[in-house]
Formats: sequence, C-alpha cells, structure tokens
Amino acid sequence: MTDLLTPVLSENWADERAWKLTNYERRGGYRALRKALGSTPAEVMETVKDSGLRGRGGAGFPTGMKWSFVPKDNPNPKYLVVNADESEPGTCKDMPLMLASPHTLVEGVIISSYAIGCAYAFIYCRGEVLHVIRRLQQAVREAYSAGYAGKNILGSGYDLEVVVHAGAGAYICGEETALLDSLEGRRGQPRLRPPFPAVAGLYASPTVVNNVESIASVPAIIDRGSSWFSSMGTEKSKGMTLYSLSGHVRNPGQFEAPLGITLRQLLDLAGGIREGHELKFWTPGGSSTPILTPEHLDLPLDYEGMAAAGSMLGTKALQCFDETTSVVRTTLRWIEFYKHESCGKCTPCREGNWWLVQILSKFEAGRAEEGDIEKLLDIADDMGGRSFCALADGAVACLTSAIKHFRPEFEQGLKTPAWELFPYERSALFDTGAEVRTAAGLKGAHA
Amino acid sequence: MTVTAKPGEVVASDLITVFVDGTEVSVPKGTLAIRAAELIGVAIPRFCDHPLLDPVGACRQCLVEVPDMGNGRGMPKPQASCTLECAPGMKIQTQNTSAVAAKAQKGMIEFLLINHPLDCPICDKGGECPLQNQAMSNGGGESRYEGVKRTFPKPVSISAQILLDRERCILCARCTRFSEQISGDPFITLVERGALQQVGYYEDEPYNSYFSGNVIQICPVGALTSVSYRFQSRPFDLVSTPTTCEHCAGGCQLRTDHRHFQVKRRLAGDAPEVNEEWNCDKGRFAFRSARGDDRLTRPLVRDNGVLRVASWPEAIDAAVAGLKRAGTQVGVLTGGRLTIEDAYGYSKFARAVLGTNNIDFRSRPHSAEEAAFLANRVAGRSLDNDTLSYTALQGAKQVILVAFEPEEEAAMVFLRLRKAVRKNGLKVLTIAPYASNGSAKLNAEVIPTVPGTEPEALAGLSADADTIVLVGERAAVIPGALSAAADFVDRTGARLAWMPRRAGDRGAVEAGCLPNLLPGARPAGAVLARVDVQAAWGVDGLPTLPGLDADAQLAAAREGLGLVVAGLEPSDFTNAAEVRDALESAPFVISLEQRLSEVTERADVVFPIALIEERPGHFLNWEHRRGRVNTVIRQPNQPMTDLRVLAALAEALGRPLGIRTARQALTELDELGVWDGARQPLARTRGVAAPADGELALATWRELIDGSRGNDHEPALQATAKPVVARTSPEVAAAHGLTGAVTIAGNGGWLTLPLEVVPGMAADTVWVPTHAPDTPLSELGLVHGDSVTVSSPAAALDRGEGFDRGEGGVA
Repeated sequence: MTDLLTPVLSENWADERAWKLTNYERRGGYRALRKALGSTPAEVMETVKDSGLRGRGGAGFPTGMKWSFVPKDNPNPKYLVVNADESEPGTCKDMPLMLASPHTLVEGVIISSYAIGCAYAFIYCRGEVLHVIRRLQQAVREAYSAGYAGKNILGSGYDLEVVVHAGAGAYICGEETALLDSLEGRRGQPRLRPPFPAVAGLYASPTVVNNVESIASVPAIIDRGSSWFSSMGTEKSKGMTLYSLSGHVRNPGQFEAPLGITLRQLLDLAGGIREGHELKFWTPGGSSTPILTPEHLDLPLDYEGMAAAGSMLGTKALQCFDETTSVVRTTLRWIEFYKHESCGKCTPCREGNWWLVQILSKFEAGRAEEGDIEKLLDIADDMGGRSFCALADGAVACLTSAIKHFRPEFEQGLKTPAWELFPYERSALFDTGAEVRTAAGLKGAHA
Repeated sequence: MTVTAKPGEVVASDLITVFVDGTEVSVPKGTLAIRAAELIGVAIPRFCDHPLLDPVGACRQCLVEVPDMGNGRGMPKPQASCTLECAPGMKIQTQNTSAVAAKAQKGMIEFLLINHPLDCPICDKGGECPLQNQAMSNGGGESRYEGVKRTFPKPVSISAQILLDRERCILCARCTRFSEQISGDPFITLVERGALQQVGYYEDEPYNSYFSGNVIQICPVGALTSVSYRFQSRPFDLVSTPTTCEHCAGGCQLRTDHRHFQVKRRLAGDAPEVNEEWNCDKGRFAFRSARGDDRLTRPLVRDNGVLRVASWPEAIDAAVAGLKRAGTQVGVLTGGRLTIEDAYGYSKFARAVLGTNNIDFRSRPHSAEEAAFLANRVAGRSLDNDTLSYTALQGAKQVILVAFEPEEEAAMVFLRLRKAVRKNGLKVLTIAPYASNGSAKLNAEVIPTVPGTEPEALAGLSADADTIVLVGERAAVIPGALSAAADFVDRTGARLAWMPRRAGDRGAVEAGCLPNLLPGARPAGAVLARVDVQAAWGVDGLPTLPGLDADAQLAAAREGLGLVVAGLEPSDFTNAAEVRDALESAPFVISLEQRLSEVTERADVVFPIALIEERPGHFLNWEHRRGRVNTVIRQPNQPMTDLRVLAALAEALGRPLGIRTARQALTELDELGVWDGARQPLARTRGVAAPADGELALATWRELIDGSRGNDHEPALQATAKPVVARTSPEVAAAHGLTGAVTIAGNGGWLTLPLEVVPGMAADTVWVPTHAPDTPLSELGLVHGDSVTVSSPAAALDRGEGFDRGEGGVA
C-alpha cells in the first residue's frame, strides 16, 4: 500500500531538526547545487524542461518553459520570485514544506536563479505564518554562512541575494501580479497583462514567479536527473507531488505520490473517511476548484484527469467532507472567504461576492425564495470569466459545482435551515460543546 | 466602409484592419478595441475607461466577445474592450451583435447598482450621469437585489473644495488615476478591499491640487462634488455655452453652464490641441468675483470730490470734457482681462482718437527691453507657421524653462509638459532658484540660479532644434534675460516661446497695446508702418512721438498726464503705493471696470463694463491660437462692453472709432494684416551685479491661487491655496539664525513669513510669493531680483519691526 508513496520533498520531514542546514546536508542537501554550478545555466534549464515539471501552484504551466520566456536581451536585472503566499482554503502543502525543510526551497531558489540568470531572488511568504517565515529566514542565513548564497557561490563566480519577504495577509497576493505589486510596496491588486511578468514583472524587469513546491522540486530533478523525475506520474503530468488530505479523514496530512494517483488510493493511505461515515463531496485542489463527489473517486489526480471531470487539479488540497456536512453551509463559508478577500478592483468579484453571501445566507437560514437558485447561477454566470483576475472564477466554481451536484439541498434551503438538516456539531471533528443550533442560537454558536 | 482614425497623420502601413460587429474598420496599431468601435459609431458602455488615462480594466463594463483574435482562434472569455489592443483581422462583437457581451454588460450594471444608493433625485450628477445613462441604455429594467446596501457616512471633505460620497462611488479609479498620472498629486488613492474599497485621503494633507476639479468632471457617478456647486442646480435646467477661460494665457476651452442669468459652474471643454479635457481649479471655480455687491452697474462721476451715480450721457460728457482738457497729454493703461477685440479698440482709441502712443497693457513689472523683445520676437507670429504650440511641447526632446513656473503660471502648459515627460521621455531643465513642487512633478533638472543671473545660467546650457525655450513673464525684470533667450535660440537653433501669464497679454501685443507697437506688429516708429495703419483707419495722421510705457505714464500722471484705465489693480504693479499716488495725482482718470476697485475709487469717471460671460470676443493664447469667448448670458439690456464705451467717447470727441462690436474690431484687425517690414531690434541690457555682502536676491512668482481679486467670493477655492511661506537654503537659514519664520526687509519695508528651508536652493536667495492674500510684494515695491536683507523675526522685533505671521509694513 505505502509503496504508492514517493517521498522526495517530504523525505526528510521526520528527521530530527530537519530544518537545520547540517541535517539537510547529511541527506545530500546542496549536492544538486554543486552539480548545477558545474554545468551551464542553459543545461540546468534544459534539465528542468526535460523533466516535464509543471507548476504546482495550480495552473500547471511547464516550469522550464516559463523560465525560457525570460528575454535574454533585456538590459534590466532578472528576478526570481517564489510565491509562498499559500492562502487558499484547504491548501496546506507549502507551509509544512517550508516549516520542515526550508533548505529544500532555498536550494531550489539558488539553482533556479542560476538557471535563469538572476542575481536577486525573493521568497514572498504569507505574513500570518510567522513560524514559517522564521524558519525561512534562518535557512537563508545558514545558506549565506555556508557560501551557498551571496557573493561568488561556492567559488563559481555566481552571485545571488535571497530575500525573504513577509506579506501582510491578503489572499489576492497569491495572484502573481498582485504579489509583485505587494512586493514593490504597493497595495496588492492584480496588474493588467500584458506585459507579463516574464517581460515586465518586479520593478518592470523580467521576472519568473514560481510556486514553492515547483522550485523545491528542482534540486531533486538536478540531482537525480530529468528522466528519473519524468518516470513518475502520467504522460502529461510528470513527477511526484504533495497531496494534502484534510477534513473528515481518519489520518489527514501530506501524502507525496506520483501525479495520477486517485483519491480512493489516497483515502486508503489515510485510513479512509472517519469511522461510521462516508464521503459526500471533496475538492481536488482547494476551494477554488469545482467540488467532486464519490463518483469521481477513481479519477486520476493529475492536470488532465481533473480537467476532464470539469474541475481542476489546483493545489491538490483534497478537502473531504462526509455526509454530515451541509453543502450550502460549506459554500457560504467559502464565498464569505472570497467576499472578504476580494481586492475590490473589479466589479463582478467585488459586488458579486457581496451579493452571493447575502443570498446564500438566506439558503443557510432556510429563508431562500423561489428563483433564488437561478439567481445564484445567473450571478455566478455574470462573475465567472468576467473578472480582472481568476479570483471570481474560483469563487463561482465552488458555488456552481455545489448546485450542480447537490441542487436538492439548495432547494431545501427554501424551507429548512441548514443547521436543522445538518446539525453542525455532527460534522465537527472535535467535541465543540455546542448546542444543537436553532435560528435564535446561531449567533451564539459562531462565537 | 473603411474609416481612418486620424486622416493625414497615419500612413497606411501603420493601419490594421479589424471587424467590429462585422463592420471593417482600419485603425492605427495599438488602438484599443473600444476606440475602434467608437470610430464606427458603436458606443460600448464604460466607466473606468478614459481616453486620457492609462487603461485599467477595473469596471468590466465594456466586455465584448472576440470570436477571432485575427489568428482564427477566439478568446474563451469576454474581453474588456478598454484594455484589448486590436490585432490584424480581429473580430470584435459588442453588445449589438453578441448575446454574451450584452448579458455580461447588463450583469455588470446590475452589480454596480447593488451597492449604489438610489438618490439620483438629489444627486448633482443625476441627469448627466454615465451610470444613470448606461443603466438606462444597457442595464436591466429592475434590480434583483434585495439585500443590504453598503453605506458610509456622507459626504467627507477630501479638500476644502471637493466632497466625496463614498457610497455613490463605483471604484472606477478615474479620480485616483487622474491625480497620479495627469496632475501628479496623488493625495487620494484607493484603500481597503472588497466592497469596502473606497477612495482614501489623508486628513492632514487634503487633496489640495490645482487640478482637483477635474476629478468631479470625470467621475462617472456623483461621488465627487464641489462645495461651490453642490445642490446648486440640476443638469437639465442648465444652459451650456462653449467659451474660453479668462484667467491665464493657456486658452482653455470651457463649457460654462448658466441658469437664471447666473453662471452656475464651469467645466473643462474638449479641446484636444489645447487643454485636452482638463482645466485648472482657478479656471473652473473662480467665476463669481465680479458678481458681488461691489459690481458696477451704473456709471459714476466725481462730483465735489465724491463719486456718485450718473446717467450714461452725463458720464460720457464728463469723460469727454476731461479728455478734451487733457488733449494728447493722456495715457491708456489696459490690464489683463481684455479680449483681442477690446485691446484693439484701446490701441486704436489711443492712436486715432487721443493721438498718443501712450498705451501699455503691462500692468505689472516691465522693462523697455521687454517691449523691444515683444516687438522683435513675439508680435505678428501666427500659429500656422512660426509659433510653438502645446503639440510642439509634447513632441519636444528638451524644454528649458527660464523664469517660468508652469504649474503656477500656465497650468495647462504644466499638464502638457508632464504628459510629455511621462509618455515621451521629455527632458525638462528649469533655470530657477529651487526645485518647486511643480518642477519635481516634471522630473525637471533644476539649475539653481540666483535671481538676476538667469542669462548666464542659460548661456551655459546646450540645445538643438528639438529644444524649446519657454521664457516667463518675470523675465521682463531680469536685465538681459529676454535678449539672452533670443540670442540663445539664434545660436543653438532651439525654438523660443514667450509665456505670458494673463489671458489678454498675447492679444494685446497683437493689437498694439504697447507704446512701441501699432496693430499687426508694426513698429510705431516706422513711417511706412504708420502710413499703413493711417490709411486703413482713414485718419489724417498718427502720433509720431514715442509713447510712454506704463511706469512712465504713472510717473507722468503726477506731472499732469490724464489716464484711461481698464482692468488693472495697483497691486499688480511694481509699487502699489506709487500707482495709487499716481492715480490720485493725475488730473483726470477714466476707469472702465466691472467692479469697484482701487482704481475706480480714484477715478473721475467710471464706466461699468460687461462681465466675461456677458459679451463675445476672442482671447489669443500663448500659442497665438484664438479662443472664442461666447456670450453665455443673454439678457434684455446687455451691459456695455469696453468697445462700445470707447466708441461712444470717440463719437462724442468728434473722431469716430469706426468699430463698436467685437466682430467689427476683429475684422478690421485681420484686414490690417501683419507687418512684413523690419522689426524693432532687441534692446540688450546688461545683467545685474550679485547682491552685496549680507544681502540676498529676492526670488518671486505669482502662485495660481493667490490674493488675486479674481478669486474673490470663492472661499472653497481660496482654502485650497498653498500655504504662504518664504523659502531659503539651509545655509542662508543658518547664516542668519533663521528658524520657523523670517523677516524680509527691502526698499524701506518689511515682511514676516513662516520659513521653509529648501536644501539645494540657490545661494544667497530668498523666495516669497508675489501676491499672497495679505502680503503682496507690490506693497513693498519689491520685484524678482531685488536685493533684500533677512533676519529672524525676533531680531526684527528688537529693531521695532514686529513679527506677526504674514504681517508687513513700511518702516
């Protein structure tokens, strides 16, 4: 069973003080950097290209190809920016990686920077995760001391400054252009594209923005070779990746496996849905990917498999919900998140989420009216694909998929409050001590 | 059908062809889809889009469908046409042909309205509101929104003039983009996020921009309103008239709205070659100054030393009697408010009726060198061939500013220069005592220059044919500056423009309101020129004696020269006290004026004159472009114009003027044409010596919103003026022990102001605003370049001089 797992990124997580440089090096850490510095940047880029590594932040764009878009003749400096602003509901892969083994990322940053020819790399980390930021800062400091970063790295003549930047807590800053604005000291709001970051990104200079997991995968690819990496996974989705199981599973956590594994297999690894319950619905990659149901359990969890099912692989954050969970309530919580996190720049996202929350609240309270489901779908239609960035697309994805798969539950929202249909304490994983909710008791229960 | 965007400007190879709703249209490369649609008359609804602002794509109202990007592939999602660049062969389907686009647009209107209050009936914008209009044209009939609207306390003052109703705001970011991109005053910005996003401001630093009124005009809803116009009128009750601004030589086209015989507001007109779609706050808000209790409506004559109301015939008789007594011992002083027709009327009145060359429009510090420069380099040029223009500024590679602060003295020139700096990489060099706020916004390289040494500073610069030198009004009092500028452009091949400050100045030069110039750039001293004019006017002869300039006339007034005065204030001149004394000493003063003033108080006969909104005419702007002034308010008894009064006086003197309407005057001036003979040579003067030990050179210019009477009755506008301060370098402050405030003494008077220390300012220089509300420098008789001393107010107090903020006096 466990032979389905391919721990590479997570291989050392259980080590004693895995985050320390010496312990990382004992496992062969920074061997890949020496190897990379021994070859030309073009060779490093070629290896990553050959490996078939695709962006692990959700969109799945080939990483090596993204690097090759950086214009060679641009006189401005080039930058590498690591998107460590992991904020999507359900998504929890980058934080444990950076917490357990920050050097995997730092080594990846240095190799990737070398490949694209940049002298300044930034790790833009979500501001709330102070413990992760401290680990990163400590790791970067250790890397400088050991000569892996700074001037003349390992005597190669290559210079690189690595900066760990803490964001201020905005989901939108995970959008790469908003991240760049935030990194420059502005309010994080998405930029107009074109120009794309590869041409005019940070400080209007060529910039590569990659997810933590993508960059962290680079050292292993360099160390063990592109064919080792591409031997894992499926035809178009190569390599291993971190799957994060959460929710009503017996043993939630990170499961590193080749792309293309199924949720049924992962659930087996995680001990299944909690005792006495069964899966009702799940997200393949965080709240922004359309939800799926038990009938999708055997689909391959790769970019193509999820797209074929009308969803997206996203961040592989598999939130699993059992039959005690109200879809209406879950959707409302997600939309409340998007309403709160909408940057406000464009109309459909700003106003649409504001409106959706009000209507969904009526569904949760059993006070929705005839036609409100159509209204929800129509609003979602006016939001999806109309907004400035993909935030609104993510918001409507969970809503429309919820209605698609669980329309009768929404219809019940015309008459019966969700807390009566699905008493909330039953879906809690821990004893909350909460009374059975009534409309009158709702406010207190939130507290 | 093929439409060319800019006929004659774009060569065919630069054009690409796209299809909007199936109609083929050729547009220049880089054209946005929304503009391509405009070219064939398809209006795509929009809010954030503004052709003069950088695209933002925020409101998503202008979504269109693109079934073919020109490469056979369609765009999967609807596209914002305001950010979509046309590609060859692209197919664009607007709401007219695409159900998807129509639905998207309808949905967007609905979204915008869910949090928008339904207060259209009391909203200033109701009736001219893009949101209202487009909700009607492209929205749904009824809202499906039954939820809670977002509300904010309303309104908040983002400056003394501008009010913000945040709940009306649809967050299009036009105002914030304007303030950042166009005027460079980013005092407002979007803050917060989601539906709570709002236009934010900083209470300690209000939105005191000279261009703040523009944000009201470009706001697509009623979120931004002005204190002066709020709740004054409904748009559909207003009558709009296009006209030209009278406040400076920029020549801004305006739209003036009136109701009940009163101007209610003024908006920037649409003049792509002049002010584009902007104007300054003075031009927008300052229009009530002559509407107060002190407006003149009846003629006044002095009777036993006291002015009393008189009938028109009585006043004309009194004036004629005075003029007959004076004979040719009379001078004519005209100010900055005159249209070119009026100026021509005065010029002809002086020469053909009074028989004198004593006429001068320069009711400000001036010099003989300037008169020669105007005759040599300015008069008779035309926009068509040899003057510079806003467009030329935009295309220049380098602009050198000599004694000229564009933001203060020519606001639209400032905006155009800023645009060129932002868009075309224009390099601005400024010969100035320090880097002013305006210079900083132009990213200008400052050549710190002690007043008086500008000619040397200019001589040290290099330039070529792509350089434009702009020389300001105060160059007149810098000996050698104007001649140096002329020599500089002759040597380097650069081009030169004189930047007058007031609306009437350029026209007055053309009309011959100078002692040395007849109309059409004819030298008054040239016989052939006089013969020319004499023949055209049908008079027996023109005065041959050289005329007196304004200062000389005022001096002569104390020796018996009578004066005809129009549109000026004693404080405009170098020394206000001397002007008052001259007006009092003159044997006879006729004043043609709109409201009571220090001149009318001292006049013997006062004629009331029509306000700018009550008469037609033209202003000639700095480019030599004619801006038409239209009669905004038509009333049964149209007030008399300067021309009609002059015609009446001439008639009564028995030497008819021959013109009594603006049209007649302009026709006559045009028929006269421009002199093609030799011009008066430049009158080079030598520069001044550096200030003596212990003395400083005084630097000064007029600020846009200052103590000018034109700003009267506009408290909100005046409240947005810059604080009145004096400026010196840290070295000067240290050397004289100055902290917090400074007392400046010169010419027997003194003045105390708060001090701002400016690092990098020219040595041995102190800057003071020329015409601050309580402390006009003319009360001290000081001009740019004069020597002054500075001391700390405490030290001044020891000398018995006083120390109050902004207080001045004559010791």
